[in-house]
Amino acid sequence: MTSQPILEVSGLTMDFGGIRALNALDLDVASGEIVALIGPNGAGKTTFFNCITGIYTPTEGNVWLTPPGGKRVSLNGLKPNKVTERGLARTFQNIRLFPKMTVLENVMIGRHCRTKAFILGAIFRDPRTRREEQDILETSYAMLEKVGLGEHCDEFAENLSYGAQRRLEIARALATEPLLLLLDEPAAGMNPQETIELEGLIKKISREGQAILLIEHDMKLVMSLSDRIFVMDYGRKIAQGTPREIRENPAVIKAYLGEEVDA
Amino acid sequence: MAVFQELKKGALISLWFVFLTFPVMVIKVDPIARTVTWRWMNALYMAIGTFIIYTLVQFFIKRRGRSKPSTVQKEAGSSVIHRLLDNPRRRAMLFVALAAAAIAFPQLLSAYQTNVMTTALMYVVLGLGLNIVVGLAGLLDLGFVAFYAVGAYTYALLNHHYGLGFWTILPLGGLLAACFGILLGFPVLRLRGDYLAIVTLGFGEIIRLVLENWGEFSKGPSGISNIARPSLFGMELDLHGSIVFNYYLMVLFVIFTIFVVNRLQNSRLGRAWIALREDEIACQAMGIDKHRTKLVAFSLGAFWAGLMGVVFAGKTTFVNPASFTFMESAIILAIVVLGGMGSIVGVILGALILILMPEYLRGLSQYRMLAFGAILVCMMIFRPQGLIANIRRTYVYKKTHNDAQAS
Amino acid sequence: MDYFIELLFSGLTRGSIYALIALGYTMVYGIIGLINFAHGEIYMIGAFTAFIVATVLSIYGFPLLAIVIIAGVAAVVWAASYGYTIEKIAYKPLRHAPRLSPLISAIGMSIFLQNYVLLAQSSDFLPFPRLIRDFPFMEPIAHIIGSTDLVILVTTVVVMVILTLIIKFSMIGKAMRATSQDRTMATLVGINVNRVISMTFIIGSSLAAIGGLLIASHIGQINFYIGFLAGIKAFTAAVLGGIGSVPGAVLGSMILGLTESFATGYVSSDYEDVFAFSLLVLILIFKPSGLLGKATNQKV
Ligand SMILES: Nc1ncnc2c1ncn2[C@@H]1O[C@H](COP(=O)(O)OP(=O)(O)OP(=O)(O)O)[C@@H](O)[C@H]1O
Ligand SMILES: [Mg+2]
Repeated sequence: MTSQPILEVSGLTMDFGGIRALNALDLDVASGEIVALIGPNGAGKTTFFNCITGIYTPTEGNVWLTPPGGKRVSLNGLKPNKVTERGLARTFQNIRLFPKMTVLENVMIGRHCRTKAFILGAIFRDPRTRREEQDILETSYAMLEKVGLGEHCDEFAENLSYGAQRRLEIARALATEPLLLLLDEPAAGMNPQETIELEGLIKKISREGQAILLIEHDMKLVMSLSDRIFVMDYGRKIAQGTPREIRENPAVIKAYLGEEVDA
Repeated sequence: MAVFQELKKGALISLWFVFLTFPVMVIKVDPIARTVTWRWMNALYMAIGTFIIYTLVQFFIKRRGRSKPSTVQKEAGSSVIHRLLDNPRRRAMLFVALAAAAIAFPQLLSAYQTNVMTTALMYVVLGLGLNIVVGLAGLLDLGFVAFYAVGAYTYALLNHHYGLGFWTILPLGGLLAACFGILLGFPVLRLRGDYLAIVTLGFGEIIRLVLENWGEFSKGPSGISNIARPSLFGMELDLHGSIVFNYYLMVLFVIFTIFVVNRLQNSRLGRAWIALREDEIACQAMGIDKHRTKLVAFSLGAFWAGLMGVVFAGKTTFVNPASFTFMESAIILAIVVLGGMGSIVGVILGALILILMPEYLRGLSQYRMLAFGAILVCMMIFRPQGLIANIRRTYVYKKTHNDAQAS
Repeated sequence: MDYFIELLFSGLTRGSIYALIALGYTMVYGIIGLINFAHGEIYMIGAFTAFIVATVLSIYGFPLLAIVIIAGVAAVVWAASYGYTIEKIAYKPLRHAPRLSPLISAIGMSIFLQNYVLLAQSSDFLPFPRLIRDFPFMEPIAHIIGSTDLVILVTTVVVMVILTLIIKFSMIGKAMRATSQDRTMATLVGINVNRVISMTFIIGSSLAAIGGLLIASHIGQINFYIGFLAGIKAFTAAVLGGIGSVPGAVLGSMILGLTESFATGYVSSDYEDVFAFSLLVLILIFKPSGLLGKATNQKV
């Protein structure tokens, strides 16, 4: 951990009625890192994403984001759109694209928080608005090329294959220019070939300096991608460390009943 | 054998509907004269009608089931009009023809026909306004007519008390309606879709009931009459001149509205609306301010309703609360649903069909609201995208980019 | 004091009618999450059927008791049939459609049914035969509570008790509760969800028909448009109590009935309907989960 942290979470707790889905969780991600968050089903991983992105309001705890060279800002109590504006962008475990919009338009939505044109701009199409629109198109198309969906840009999002839809979600999140990219089970439902391609994609994005926080059940993928791993069970953090440390951690092996970890 | 089964099922369903509609359709009582009329023929009509409709629906479902695999064909088939619009030369020709017809209309046809057409055009604009709210942003607004009433009463009252003219009030009526939209929208837009629908319905009824009961303000149910007609550069027009003038005014209004709505739809804001309709949570997670975006859609829709309210008051020279019932909102909603939510061409077509058809098929005009209700149900079940589905927008950038790469 | 008690009883009577209608909204919402906009029309059709049957029988000289029973049964049977059929035609095909589709379909159905009755019958207000005669034993307190009010209150209580027993103890009641909690789970444990939904519509429609019959004989006239206002008010009551909750619907209806009664009695009757609509708007804005409903956190 040589570089400074961009995301710091401390004491994050979330209660649903009687269920404590997150219990005093601490986590941090440094710039340029790939960090994985793993744990058995129902451990609270998705809830963690929902809490730090403002979709749920956590019961307790603090979330800070530090832009490189900038001041640390608190994300507590911000609405989801404000969180995205500050620099956290996410994908969803059960894909949430805009099905009746084209692939390109889906990514263009990601540019929303980095652009400004409003009613008057839309009606009069002044030069600034036109330049901005051109920029939205160019950046969005570049993002699509990056995830390998360039030639599908005019199709409806709902007509893409499962794996392609997951990659489109990544492109859409990248279009918001995030400081930290949050991926919720990006390989779920993918076939082995698609998973290999995804691994390549994540590595490519990471090489460009993008910090990534990844939830994933595919242990091979997690072990080969991550710099550090956090393990959760029943809303608590039970371990953290490098892939090697995690592989040998008895608490982790117990939580997984020795199944997937050996893989 | 299968056919026999089908026939049996059809017959049973017919029988069920005869039973169902028996008291209402067959018996007719006159409680004053104390007589009973048995309209047995209605039962027969009901049986035959149900059987035919059932057979048609079955046929329709079977055919649709067969042609399902070829989605490409379905898309191509559904967009004759879009293909017409795609070709620039044909499009130019179409526009010239439409413009010529629009200009010649009042010269060729009677004042009555012109008046009917003006009304239809008003509904085109109202439909396009509601289309921003329902079709693009996906907010089911059942109180749209309230904003229409705000516009109409703004003109009626200010003209009555202060003698202000049509052109002064026109923007004011629109802005006031938009302000009402914002005022209502603030608390209401965080509600879930179906609650939003009911709250807007309630709001629409409140406005109408207030207009009905607050006599000192609005003159109650008797309404306000003798409102000045729109003037042409300060000239007062005679009745016929005014009808023709209103017509041309509405043609310009329609063009203006199409222009603005089209630009809004294909902008950053328009995309945000559509995304919001598709998935609110994903939308927020992509950095779109849900409330602000909804509020803008809501108040822009209200703005158009307000403008049309002013035009309505100027055209009829009379307003009363009875013009602003929930049924009016339902008609505008039917226009949007029939035409195709989010589709400009569709909404125009929907308005023309729903407003002109009952006028020209006089004998059927009493079945108008019955048909509107049936249209809402049938469209949702058989063709939720409307007569003319919204086109998939493609962007030209891709080509230039590829060219740039190739060269 | 008498005036106060009179208003109290008239409020409870109103509340009873609202409750009979509101239960239909709340049960359907609990099971399929749809605001059954056409429910007010079911109530209207129930009342209309009762009107037609009762008038025919009275013209043919049947005794009063026979008229009451036959008209009541007819109202329930036909309203239930309409409820059942409407669900099959307008909502069932849309069970997996986007959330607003069935609502639009319901609005269309409501407009359709209103105009169907308007065209097949009449647009006028028609006099409803007096089915409930004044009881002699009510004579001393007739200035405080009329015989009709008494019948309405008693009927409502009896119906509520029966409904509670059905929901608590019968097979279909248990299946209903299971379905409203988790439809997928209910399917998995072998509950026939289609049947449960149909039964919900049938029960809700029957209750509305009883309400229609009672109110029509109370007010003494009927019209194709009575379902709209009654429907909205009953919906308001259902939301006030917490939509999806059966006791909530009754509580909300009583509160709405009483407040309307006292407001018109002590303040002014001009704004009676404005009052109900404003209440609706205010509850939905400030406490959309209602008094007895529970707020839910949408899972992402
Ligand atoms: N909105 C909610 N309301 C109530 N309980 C919830 C809600 N969201 C999540 N939970 C509960 O919180 C716990 C954690 O769920 P979560 O979805 O975060 O698990 P997860 O680690 O993402 O599991 P998976 O690997 O299956 O995706 C579960 O018990 C779940 O039922
Ligand atoms: Mg998860």
